[in-house]
Amino acid sequence: MASLVRLQNEIERIKEEYFTRNRIAEENRQRENEAAILIQSWFRGCQVRSYLSHLHRKATIIQKIWRGFTARAHFRQMVKAAYFIMKMNFYHEMSVRIQQRWRGYCVRKYSHNYYARKRYMEGLARKNKQIRRDLEEFSEFQRRERERMAMEREEQEKNVQAQRMHFLLSTKQCPGVFNSPFRPGPDEMELRLRRTKPLPPRNIPRDRASLLGNTSPSSPSFPGVPRAFGAKPLPPIPSKKPQGPFRGPAEVWAQRQRGLEPSLRVQTSISDLEQAQDQLRSGEWRNHTMETMFQPFSKAHQNRSYERMLHTSSSFQPVPYGTKHFREEHQENLQGKQPFKTVFTTCHVFDKFGRLYSNAGKIV
Amino acid sequence: MSQRQVLQGVMSLLRPLLLDVVPTIQQTAALALGRLASYNEDLAEAVVKGDILPQLIYSLAEQNRFYKKAAAFVLRAVAKHSPALAHAVVDCGALDALVISLEEFDPDVKEAAAWALGYIARHNANLSQEVVDAGAVPLLVLCIQEPEVALKRIAASALSDIAKHSPELAQTVVDTGAIAHLAQMILNPDAKLKRQVFSALSQISKHSVDLAEMVVEAEIFPAVLACLRDPDEYVRKNVTTLMREITKHTPELSQMIVNTGGVAAVIDYLGDSHGNVRLPGIMMLGYVAAHSENLAMAVIVSKGVPQLAICLSEEPEEHIKAATAWAFGQIGRHTPEHARAVATANVLPSLLALYMDTDSSEDLQVKVGS
Repeated sequence: MASLVRLQNEIERIKEEYFTRNRIAEENRQRENEAAILIQSWFRGCQVRSYLSHLHRKATIIQKIWRGFTARAHFRQMVKAAYFIMKMNFYHEMSVRIQQRWRGYCVRKYSHNYYARKRYMEGLARKNKQIRRDLEEFSEFQRRERERMAMEREEQEKNVQAQRMHFLLSTKQCPGVFNSPFRPGPDEMELRLRRTKPLPPRNIPRDRASLLGNTSPSSPSFPGVPRAFGAKPLPPIPSKKPQGPFRGPAEVWAQRQRGLEPSLRVQTSISDLEQAQDQLRSGEWRNHTMETMFQPFSKAHQNRSYERMLHTSSSFQPVPYGTKHFREEHQENLQGKQPFKTVFTTCHVFDKFGRLYSNAGKIV
Repeated sequence: MSQRQVLQGVMSLLRPLLLDVVPTIQQTAALALGRLASYNEDLAEAVVKGDILPQLIYSLAEQNRFYKKAAAFVLRAVAKHSPALAHAVVDCGALDALVISLEEFDPDVKEAAAWALGYIARHNANLSQEVVDAGAVPLLVLCIQEPEVALKRIAASALSDIAKHSPELAQTVVDTGAIAHLAQMILNPDAKLKRQVFSALSQISKHSVDLAEMVVEAEIFPAVLACLRDPDEYVRKNVTTLMREITKHTPELSQMIVNTGGVAAVIDYLGDSHGNVRLPGIMMLGYVAAHSENLAMAVIVSKGVPQLAICLSEEPEEHIKAATAWAFGQIGRHTPEHARAVATANVLPSLLALYMDTDSSEDLQVKVGS
């Protein structure tokens, strides 16, 4: 009850307080309301914001995961594609190489081979060079041959001329045309005249009739017989053939001239074997450098006495042998004869030599 | 007295001498007739008109060798002037008598007979055919094998004259086995013989591919190249003519000649020679280059273009310049490489000058323009 009394006492205060509080509250209601609204809005805002940020975070996570997933899938795709492209490129490269080789081979085999052609051209150039060289050598050789033949022919002609003009040879008494005394030396024609043998003298033909008619088979070009140029061969010496089985004179002469041709058995002398042995022995003796025979296990070399040299054993004086006396002298056979005279009086055979007929005889 | 009357008089004087008893007089009369006939065509006609030929031919069969020689000389002297005279000689029945004297032993008689046959066959294909029909070719081939050089010469020249007219005649010559004997004589030292041999071979090979191949099969290359350095000018010219006739047929023949080094030898020959004798060499290079671009390149590699340029600038004659221009055309037409090789030899300005030159002949201009 105390509380009730207290409460009833308080009712007025309470009512006043209630009314003041209400009035205060009423007066502050707006402000407090707005504050509360503010606070609530801010709180709601915080809530919502935190919820949003939570959502954002979650959404980010989801998106992140999703994007990663799709990106990886895409990346895998890209990698596959890139790998594929790389493979294809590689295959393309390789196939290009194969096709290159194949096309090269095919073209070279069936239509046109560049290297074979190049090699052919090089070979051709080499061959041309060689042919040119060979032809040069050949023409050189021919030219030298021709020159040599021309020179030989000239020599031959000059020799024939020299033979024909052999009478122009100079003698000691009278110098020839080609050996003028005013020249320092004789002319080459003079030397040629000295070298060649003169032609044999031509016989006058026995009868003229044998010269007429066609030429005999032994024409002027018969070799072995020196003739003047244009001379006809001599007619055969006519002689009566002897009756009977006689051979011709030419045959007999040939048989006479034929030398002895003994067989090998006849050629060897009876003492051939001994001669051969002697020859062998003397050959061995000649070729020996050591005269003493080699005698093994003997003491023959110890018994040799020393021979003095000729130089040291002869006296150092002029030797009278060779000047004063000779081995072959037999004084008793000479019987006091004088030795040969080596100096004589002159004989007058050659007094007039070089002074006989003309001044041309005075040869320098 | 006019010349004709003088001639008649001479003939009427000489004709009875041919029937003289003394053989020397006959021979000398025949020799005189021959010399007269060979000097002048009118005299030869007078010999024909004077009915001397039948007498000569009749006695060709019977008399001794000096007379035969003189009679063959007369026939040759008459036949050499013109085809009509040669025909007249043939109509008298000379061919049989000459072929019979080809079988004689004496080489001088054979030489005179072969010479007469050669001169008869030289004029045209009909006369050659008649000579062949008389059976002269095997005997001529036998004559080629004789040891005397003069006889070989004349027989080779007769075969050359026979073969030059047509392929059939050339085939007839080849069928008697002439090529082998001609090929054997290539390296003979006598220059005139070589001239005739090469001329014969080139006349044979010019007609067809088969004949050219048969000539090549006789293994004349590369021995022929040695003859390109012969001191005699006409031997060299005939060798180049032979090579030209061979190369003009097919690429294979040209290839064979190129492989033996023939192109280099011909180019050196062009360098050493002057004048008209260069023409076969230039044409040979043109033919070789015409077949294929390989061969044209072979000509270029063998240094043919500078040599041809020298020929073009040196030679004054129109036809040689035309031939050189044609040869350049053949070389340069295959590919740009070839054209470049021709151009680097500084040839084109001179070719252009020739084209523009109003003095040069039509032929030259056509050849340069192509």
